[in-house]
Amino acid sequence: MKVGVVVFPGSNCDHDAWYAINENLHGRAEYVWHDSTNLAGFDAIVLPGGFSYGDYLRCGAIARFSPVMSAVRKFAADGGLVAGFCNGFQILVEAGMLPGALLRNTCLTYVCREVRLRTETADSPFTSKLRKGQILRIPIGHGEGRYFADEGILDELEAEDRVVFRYLDNPNGSLRDIAGILSRERNVLGMMPHPERASDPLMGSTDGLGILESMLSAVPALTR
Amino acid sequence: MTITPELIEQHQLTPTEYQKIVSLLGREPSYTELGVFSVMWSEHCSYKSSRIHLKKLPTTGKYVVQGPGENAGIIGIGDGWVVAFKIESHNHPSYIEPFQGAATGVGGILRDIFTMGARPIAVMDSLRFGPPVDSPRADRNRRILTGVVSGIAHYGNCFGVPTVGGECVFEECYSANPLVNVFALGVCKQDEIFYARASGIGNPVIYVGAKTGRDGIHGASMASAEFTEESKQKRPNVQVGDPFLEKLLLEACIEAMKTGAIVAIQDMGAAGLTSSSCEMGSRGGVGIDIDLDKVPQRESGMTAYEMLLSESQERMLLVAEKGREGEVFQVFRKWGLDAVTIGVVTADGLLRIRHHGALMAEIPNAALADEAPRYDRPHNVKSHRRAPMDPPAHIPASETLNGDLLKLVSSPDLCSKRLIWEQYDYMVRTNTLVGPGSDAAVVRVKETGTSIAMSLDGNGRYCYLDPREGAKLAVAECCRNLATTGAVPVAATNNLNFGNPERPEIMAQLVEAIEGIAEACAFFEAPITGGNVSLYNETLGEGIYPTPVLGIIGLMKTALPAPVAFQSEGADVLLLGGLGEHSAVGFGSSEYAKVVLNQLWGLPPRLDMTYEKRVHDCVREILAQGLAESAHDLSDGGLAVALSECCTRQLGALITLNSGERAEFALYGEAPSRILVTTRQPERIHELALRFDVDCPRVGVTMKERLQIGCGSTTWIDMTIADLKRSFETALPEVLHTHAG
Repeated sequence: MKVGVVVFPGSNCDHDAWYAINENLHGRAEYVWHDSTNLAGFDAIVLPGGFSYGDYLRCGAIARFSPVMSAVRKFAADGGLVAGFCNGFQILVEAGMLPGALLRNTCLTYVCREVRLRTETADSPFTSKLRKGQILRIPIGHGEGRYFADEGILDELEAEDRVVFRYLDNPNGSLRDIAGILSRERNVLGMMPHPERASDPLMGSTDGLGILESMLSAVPALTR
Repeated sequence: MTITPELIEQHQLTPTEYQKIVSLLGREPSYTELGVFSVMWSEHCSYKSSRIHLKKLPTTGKYVVQGPGENAGIIGIGDGWVVAFKIESHNHPSYIEPFQGAATGVGGILRDIFTMGARPIAVMDSLRFGPPVDSPRADRNRRILTGVVSGIAHYGNCFGVPTVGGECVFEECYSANPLVNVFALGVCKQDEIFYARASGIGNPVIYVGAKTGRDGIHGASMASAEFTEESKQKRPNVQVGDPFLEKLLLEACIEAMKTGAIVAIQDMGAAGLTSSSCEMGSRGGVGIDIDLDKVPQRESGMTAYEMLLSESQERMLLVAEKGREGEVFQVFRKWGLDAVTIGVVTADGLLRIRHHGALMAEIPNAALADEAPRYDRPHNVKSHRRAPMDPPAHIPASETLNGDLLKLVSSPDLCSKRLIWEQYDYMVRTNTLVGPGSDAAVVRVKETGTSIAMSLDGNGRYCYLDPREGAKLAVAECCRNLATTGAVPVAATNNLNFGNPERPEIMAQLVEAIEGIAEACAFFEAPITGGNVSLYNETLGEGIYPTPVLGIIGLMKTALPAPVAFQSEGADVLLLGGLGEHSAVGFGSSEYAKVVLNQLWGLPPRLDMTYEKRVHDCVREILAQGLAESAHDLSDGGLAVALSECCTRQLGALITLNSGERAEFALYGEAPSRILVTTRQPERIHELALRFDVDCPRVGVTMKERLQIGCGSTTWIDMTIADLKRSFETALPEVLHTHAG
């Protein structure tokens, strides 16, 4: 019983997610190579941050065609947990597994900084250990993180309680301050901030652990 | 093609150098061979003007595993782990094409690190540009700045290495010759270090990575020439980087190294295929036979000359064990990269190049790599300086000390560089304990209990006034930065940025600076394990300030160091090292003289290295005993600016100095060997200061929301932290955004 951390060519935060789960939380994570089509044995999948396929064309636009992504789609359809952080979120959006798009930051540059997030719902396998309204300090690091969707989708996300995190000081121009969203079935999470970067007291914040812990506890057999 | 004197001159070889080539070969070189010699004997590759002086640098020490001469220096950090680190310049390309110039600068130094088997875990940049405002060339300076910063961000972020610190300063002399020096550091196990020494007669020579194109031909010799107006026509000489490919190359190389099938490996940097093959051959004392028809090519119809001199990025050359090529190929195939056997190791010590069945070059490897000319260029003159020694007859009293402080903290040199460093991913790999904007950056090594502190520093103004003392001050400042985070300096790398060495007064600057570095690095026990020399940094006859940049690394136990910022109200503020002494002559090199008085004169501040070292030992002991709430060293801008930098959390301080100096000197003089410490246990710190024999006056107490500095009953400075912070944080965004377009 374990978490699969997908490694695309160009993934950078694969190691960080792996380390946070294995070393900071004493869970069990293993890497999954991008041409793998078999996710049997995994209970949750993390699509890590980075620059998959160089982010050429558009962030996540090539990764969505990676062989592993059809397996991830099926995995999610069967109810498996899938979390995409940063580039992982971009891939999920490109793959159509989450609605909307991630556009270039309004400041037009890459931005790396710790931001404050408000937890908008505790009703998800990724936030069950958090309180609604809980403020988290978690870093961002992206050039294309401005969440965009049409008004209809935004209204629907809110009506269905699928906005999971909002920025307190919107760093990228995301509509309605959205930092993370859930799929309709609530088993797919996409968020631009990096919880794995806030998982060790030495990094200045451990607020990301709540998200990873929620995910691990959603599949009780996962903790070794 | 016959070799004419014009052709020789076009290749930037002197007639004497050409004669040396003829005698080494025992015949006239072919056109291809002339090209090969011209890059390998260029200043950039051969260090011909600096080599005899570089020998003066200390290169050994108890932590040194590998000194200069390899792709990077290596230091043991205990538990069987080592770090590889080095600094390199990409000044000339960054002027011609700022984005790609800087990006490929990052790419080049990263390859130097991982070619040794070490995974890069930190990058820092030392940047120098012309002023972004108040300069006839301000528009272009801003474009170069934004281009360079986005180039570094583009490459480092995508590659996945954190950019954890650096420096960025401005002087008119860098307007047409920016300095882009990139430092990188990686880690590996001591028994998994790889060297670039070819061996094993009959072993295959394998080419991996990007295909070869026509980009960057003669980049190395471009970097060895002064700039003229025609230089912009050299734009095709600047290479184009692909950080994604480099990331794949990193992962593939590290994985291939684990197979045990790789004998030697070297990246193709300056002078590309030529330097990698002849250097690997010469280090191993063997020959290398290469068939260019097998080299993966991006375009058709390339000549042997072009392929040998191409500086296409993201390529490596390796020697594998014969019969085990398949293991190497398999790894590179997994990562989607080209890997092709293009040659073989031979016994005769010759670099032999074949193309379309013809022998295009046949040169002893040692002739290229080791027989390059070495010059003892004339330097027995006074080093070049035009600034007066004497201070102005009357240094005007400040009209507004409050206003001066705001002017200083919002000046391009001293203002917050957040706008720059937030464009860099400084957190990836989750090792960054202290990131940009602090005294030294600190990254942990997850596999051991040790962290690496690192600091980059240089001061062109100091070195212009006195190259020897300026260089020593840069070493001292780096070591002070390390000490302030609790780290012990263990090794150094340097990037020597100077003008035209053929001018004796410039050569004198270089020699004096090297001797200053040698003296200080020996004293602070930070041996030099490698580095880079960038000469001919002149445009239209006007040289840059002599600018040695030091990168020093230190070791410390993994733990969060004391922060720069004041932490609580009511803590005692101590000035370890004392108030310092400031003379009128020494004040002429200060930021105050530059920013407020718009003048330069005199000498850099006086440094007493034994005292400086006692201060370092003392602050490390204070930190080790957990006595400090915060710690921050003084440097550019002196005491008032250092205090301002501590006021970032709505906490200021009430400071009362017991100084007999005039206000400007006491507040803004840049005497070294001083560190601000806040504490709840001043008595214990005073005991330590006594033990280490350093001054440590209590200068005040932290308080909410205001910074007040006075002397006796006179108030010199009184302002809110909000005003101070606003000036500090908004200056750079205002300069870059209001002038954008």
